[in-house]
Amino acid sequence: MSAVLRRSRKSPAKDGPAARRDIPPGMRPPPLEPMRNPGLSRARLLDMHRFLRLNRVLEDQLSALYRQGKIVGGLYSSLGQESISVGTACALEPGDLLAPMIRNIGSLLVRGVPPLSLFLQFLARHAAPTAGKDGTLHFDDPGRSIIGPISVLGTLIPVMTGAALAARMRGESRVALTYIGDGGTSTGDFHEGLNLAAVLGLPLVLVVENNGYAYSTPVDRQFAVDSLAERGPAYGIASESVDGTDVLAVYAATQRAAARGRGGGGPTLLECRAFRRRGHAEHDDMWYVPRDIVAAWEQRDPIDRFESFLVEQGHATKGDLRSVEENLAAELDETARQALGSPYPPPEETLRGVYAGGD
Amino acid sequence: MALTTYVEAIRQGIWEEMERDERVFILGEDVGIYGGAFKVTEGMLERFGEMRVIDTPISESAIVGAAIGAALMGMRPIAEMQFIDFISCAFDQITNFAAKNRYRWGAGVPIVIRGPSGGGVHGGPYHSQNPEMYFVHTPGLKVVAPATAYDAKGLIKAAIRDEDPVIYLEHKYLYRRIKEELPKDDYIVPIGRAAVRREGKDLAILTYGAMLYQALEAADVLAREAGLQTEVVDLRSLLPLDKDAILSAAKKTGKVLVVHEDTRTGGIAGEIAAIINEEVFEYLDGPVLRVTAPDTPVPYSPPLEEFFLPNKEKILKAARQLAAY
Ligand SMILES: Cc1ncc(C[n+]2csc(CCOP(=O)(O)OP(=O)(O)O)c2C)c(N)n1
Ligand SMILES: [Mg+2]
Repeated sequence: MSAVLRRSRKSPAKDGPAARRDIPPGMRPPPLEPMRNPGLSRARLLDMHRFLRLNRVLEDQLSALYRQGKIVGGLYSSLGQESISVGTACALEPGDLLAPMIRNIGSLLVRGVPPLSLFLQFLARHAAPTAGKDGTLHFDDPGRSIIGPISVLGTLIPVMTGAALAARMRGESRVALTYIGDGGTSTGDFHEGLNLAAVLGLPLVLVVENNGYAYSTPVDRQFAVDSLAERGPAYGIASESVDGTDVLAVYAATQRAAARGRGGGGPTLLECRAFRRRGHAEHDDMWYVPRDIVAAWEQRDPIDRFESFLVEQGHATKGDLRSVEENLAAELDETARQALGSPYPPPEETLRGVYAGGD
Repeated sequence: MALTTYVEAIRQGIWEEMERDERVFILGEDVGIYGGAFKVTEGMLERFGEMRVIDTPISESAIVGAAIGAALMGMRPIAEMQFIDFISCAFDQITNFAAKNRYRWGAGVPIVIRGPSGGGVHGGPYHSQNPEMYFVHTPGLKVVAPATAYDAKGLIKAAIRDEDPVIYLEHKYLYRRIKEELPKDDYIVPIGRAAVRREGKDLAILTYGAMLYQALEAADVLAREAGLQTEVVDLRSLLPLDKDAILSAAKKTGKVLVVHEDTRTGGIAGEIAAIINEEVFEYLDGPVLRVTAPDTPVPYSPPLEEFFLPNKEKILKAARQLAAY
């Protein structure tokens, strides 16, 4: 058998990366395909819509709290990517293991994490899941089969491989799903974790949220393939790339991946393409992102798309959908108020819980 | 003359070294177009071009490994960690490759690994750490932690010119909070040399990084309230330690308090106490005391972080206890 040298993209020009300043192909929205219902009931569709909206309204409110100086740590938006969190999480069974990254607040909402817990966590209050010891989405929720992330990118991939391994050892039919950004795929843990899962044939679903940028670094400075799904064959695993702004396509692809894992077909690398429509975090106005790309992706807003679909298919009226948003906003206003009234942890909380039995 | 902030001082130091020596280059995440998460490398891409200011994938191990390889080829790389917390991903390259190369076969690895460390900005457990002791425990490395703009510039230059791998810890709390007038001419601050920031004969506080300012404020209060003259020594370099400076402060005052933001167990204070014990025990009028962070991760919530971090009040409490001997 002769070796085949494949290269999916030209190597950088000799005079260095400066020569390629054009927008990488993977950064523009993929061709628009009509949304298709993978067999979901009207109730389930409306449920998904509600989660998408909840995701967005909640993040809007967190952003307002940040601007008021009430959230003192970093805040990371999933604007335009809510469909990835919601679509993937909705496709799992309740007992499946899920580990969110920083932009997956929507996955937690689907899992039933109460918005109040999230406000408390961002506001660093005593009643928060981490009692103020950490912020953002950095917490576990074993009752909901949620394993929490740490900041260090890539670390969850081996961890979720181990979670899937334990489930299999105990004879449980549980899939483990986690997320990684386009940037996070460059970590050593991405490789080690995915390869281990592949070798052990574990039901890991690794969702790559390719949103064009890692902080200020565009995808063509991050990897030399056009689509991260190209890496699947290199690991000997299934892979797929979908339009991440299509919540139903994300749902269907996740279901396929989960079924594959449950059926003993091993891990799946699922690339979801979308765009980071806000800065890396609240402090960043992303001056380095070409405006026309942002504008192109604004036309692909996942909630707008899904709402048009629901209306066209006769599942809801525009009025229905608007009232969902209004009701959620009012509910969350109240929740935020409640969280703001909740006390900070007492200073001595610092010393608790370093070890088991740990006071 | 204009005042230079700590962050500008680091930038100036790197800039001047890149002007002086074409072997010097910088690589890391978002160091190019964006100018670094904290703007240390702002403007460098425009001045030095993409061959010498290299945006990398999110791959700390590759960043340090590539720096090592380039150094072995005669270059002078500076590897930026976006937050020093993520240096953990490059631990193997640093402690096994860079640190041990010279000892094994004489090929030095002149690289600088730098990045923002320290708390006080509500960064939580992964954007606030002080990882110095992982590296201080590794023979073959050097570890420096400037507290002033003057030292930030002088130490980065010394680190770049050094023949061995240097971990250069920038305290992110200081980036824009302190400034001073810097000399126009080229200078370096030698690695391994502490600085006496305040003279005193009654007790000595040894510290480094952002804690220098808490120590100086405490010294002011001690002078005002109790007429105590406190010597404040800024260690600046943790590996190698300036033993002479440590011992002379101990001999001069007989009472030593070590203050660091790093956690307690295995912190540099323990090492300093041991050195003092071994070498100048007979000069001591009291135990070597320490004020440090407790043995926990750095918590996020403001009241917890405040409890965690050493400060003027905690230093005063220990200093009064020590002065009473
Ligand atoms: C190992 C590691 N290095 C650096 C960082 C700092 N950092 C946090 S987020 C980020 C960019 C992440 O980009 P991507 O993975 O594409 O996710 P996105 O922010 O686009 O969702 C960087 C560099 C980190 N958290 N972990
Ligand atoms: Mg990204």
